Amino acid sequence: MSYPSNSLLRVDDRIRKRNAAETRFKAYGITAIVIAVLALAVLLTSVLGSGLSAFRQTYLTVNVQLPEAKLDKSGVRDPAVMRKVTTIGYASLLRDGLLDTMQDAGITTQMSKKDVAKLISKEAPATVRNHVLANPEVIGTTMTFDLLAQGRIDGFFKGRVTLESAALDGNTSPEALMLAQELKEAGLLETRLNWDFLIAPDASDQRPEAAGLGVAILGSLYMMLVVLVLALPIGVASSIYLEEFAPKNRWTDLIEVNISNLAAVPSIVYGILGLAIFINFMELNQSSPLVGGLVLTLMTLPTIIISTRASLKSVPPSIRDAALGVGASKMQAVFHHVLPLAAPGILTGTIIGLAQALGETAPLLLIGMVAFVREYPAAFSPDAGLFGEASTALPVQIYNWTQRADPGFVERASGAIITLLVFLFIMNIIAIMLRRKFERRW
Amino acid sequence: MSLSLSVLLAIALSATAFLMAPRRALNLVSGDRRQLASLPKQFGLSAGLTVFLPAMLIALVGGLGGFSTTILPYIVIAVAVVALVVSVWQSRPDFIARNRAESLITLVLIAASGVAILTTVGIVMSMLFETTNFFQDYNWKDFFFSTEWSPNFRGDSALGILPLLWGTLYISFIALLFAVPIGLFAAIYLSEYAGPRLRSFAKPAIEILAGIPTIVYGLFALVTVGPFLRDYFATPMGFGQSASSVLTAGLVMGVMLIPFVSSLSDDIFNAVPQTLRDGSLGLGATNSETIRQVVVPAALPGIVGAVLLAASRAIGETMIVVLGAGAAARLSLNPFEAMTTVTVKIVSQLTGDTDFASPETLVAFALGLTLFVITLGLNVFALYIVRKYREQYE
Repeated sequence: MSYPSNSLLRVDDRIRKRNAAETRFKAYGITAIVIAVLALAVLLTSVLGSGLSAFRQTYLTVNVQLPEAKLDKSGVRDPAVMRKVTTIGYASLLRDGLLDTMQDAGITTQMSKKDVAKLISKEAPATVRNHVLANPEVIGTTMTFDLLAQGRIDGFFKGRVTLESAALDGNTSPEALMLAQELKEAGLLETRLNWDFLIAPDASDQRPEAAGLGVAILGSLYMMLVVLVLALPIGVASSIYLEEFAPKNRWTDLIEVNISNLAAVPSIVYGILGLAIFINFMELNQSSPLVGGLVLTLMTLPTIIISTRASLKSVPPSIRDAALGVGASKMQAVFHHVLPLAAPGILTGTIIGLAQALGETAPLLLIGMVAFVREYPAAFSPDAGLFGEASTALPVQIYNWTQRADPGFVERASGAIITLLVFLFIMNIIAIMLRRKFERRW
Repeated sequence: MSLSLSVLLAIALSATAFLMAPRRALNLVSGDRRQLASLPKQFGLSAGLTVFLPAMLIALVGGLGGFSTTILPYIVIAVAVVALVVSVWQSRPDFIARNRAESLITLVLIAASGVAILTTVGIVMSMLFETTNFFQDYNWKDFFFSTEWSPNFRGDSALGILPLLWGTLYISFIALLFAVPIGLFAAIYLSEYAGPRLRSFAKPAIEILAGIPTIVYGLFALVTVGPFLRDYFATPMGFGQSASSVLTAGLVMGVMLIPFVSSLSDDIFNAVPQTLRDGSLGLGATNSETIRQVVVPAALPGIVGAVLLAASRAIGETMIVVLGAGAAARLSLNPFEAMTTVTVKIVSQLTGDTDFASPETLVAFALGLTLFVITLGLNVFALYIVRKYREQYE
């Protein structure tokens, strides 16, 4: 169709140029969104891809003889005496057990006995020793144990270690991997679900296969309790004052500017604060959940105050007026009427603040939570007080594992991130559900 | 007697006051509560708080101030007992207990909002104190103007902040270079073009990025982005062999900042009045011309504020640079080289064995104070710009 030369509907060069610019502009926008969503997708797949395997672990099924002559010469079955047999003594039993088990299954190998024993994790003797010390009656019998396989063997079945990489590796050899493959075919070696990852404590540099998140999860839980108990009441009280009672003067202006600035202070600065005030000045225990919780409380406080004030503000003034009209004091109007109506919003804000605190790493590094902790911290102990025992936290444990040399720890760190993200996801879902269920529009 | 035991006793005493005061008031009017000036529970509340608050205050101030631990618990108890006697004696029918209780509660509320002030004071004081200690050992001119950073334990450390500041700014610059265009265009598209279906999917997806802890981004930089950039760009192009680099940290930090920029600028675009758009469209401008020539200029102060806030975030970010940027202090322009930042050095100087008498440890506080001042300045400036802009359309 052709239009007269002066028609507005005629697409001339200039219009074409402008339309092209329009299309380009829209394309930029779509590209930006695609890049952002792609970044999210790559981030999540990279973490999930390398971390999901941490929830599975390779175990060897080994029949181990537990001779009395070696484990309890005295014969009295007293754990205090049996403690004298160290893990080295147990390691040789495990080696013999593995060789016997292989012989029974008809598997032969050219490898030395010492190299065969390397298939078993260095953590396994301690596991067996603890089992024997807890149940002395098993001495003298032959028991079947599911023992952790060495990290490289585990990596082989997860695709992390190949025959080529094993040839260059001092900790394993292609022969060992072939032997493990044979054991698997004989049903003596199995890769299966591993809940110990969530329960067991951290393990040393040489044994990524045994490292778990137990202490870190417990430490994070304690810290979240401290944050909840301190930040929620203080945050709500200060928001009530600022929103309902504070006169408009220079002092309250100062507090308000202060809070909005505190919300933007880099988190590491809170770590310096914690180190200088809580540890050096007040002499609280280093790397304790108490100090971590205090630091995170100060950090989350602005978030909680800002969201609490928003939800107090959203309660219409007519509610306050009605309460005042029937003789309530201002305080009664706030505590009996405004606060209950604002409670869902406050809770939502608190949960989001807690989620933020749960993932925070930098300040915890400065107050010594990077330490290697294998003991489960007690909530209360007479020496260390409430939440005073050394502990780690989930995000710090992740950082800690990224600093280890063994590549097995990258898988562990990614697995820990999955755990952390699951916790955050649950918290956010609860917050969203609370908001959906109780949100009121006036 | 320990302090915590005396605190527990004081709590028990205040519970006693809480129960006794209303009972005494009711006894005086032989159970006829209409003759009381306040509800019985207000008598309890007022008496309980009268006992509890002074005792707690003394315990807290004395405990923090390092007051003699042998006498302090007894002072706490003595104060609580006196307050108990006084408050119960005061509980007569004509006593307006509600007013007393409420003024005490107001004090508690004021004290709670004072925590925010105390936090700021604590931050500034803790860093200022150690920083002055640091500058007694180390020349401040060398700290601010030296281009060398090489701490050692022989006592002749060079602790110049410039290489760290350079790394910080370079990484933040790359992060902003990545995040600002993407965040802005995403916000523009979502607020001006996108239909409800795309918006309901893309907006939460971008917001998820904001909820991911920085340690996750750090691991992503260390395990995925760093080796990728090294193997496909740095090594083939001859720029270096390092997986941790300015570009690694900058790109990953950019991803972290996208939701920050986009949600802030989304708010700002929504605040631009529709009449401005309608006017422009009515004159025959296309959508993109309206956005570029009307909406964005109108929103510009807000956008600048958002970028400044994002910059302050980038400068203070720690975990991504700890895991992605490396530890070598260097003044170089090559983005594929490992460099280090102020925050990385704070972490490395304050973890492990620290000796609070040596300048190598104390320098961390000076670094922290510098970081605090820079980010505070950026925040105040950004909030000032945003606030000033908002006034125009309200």
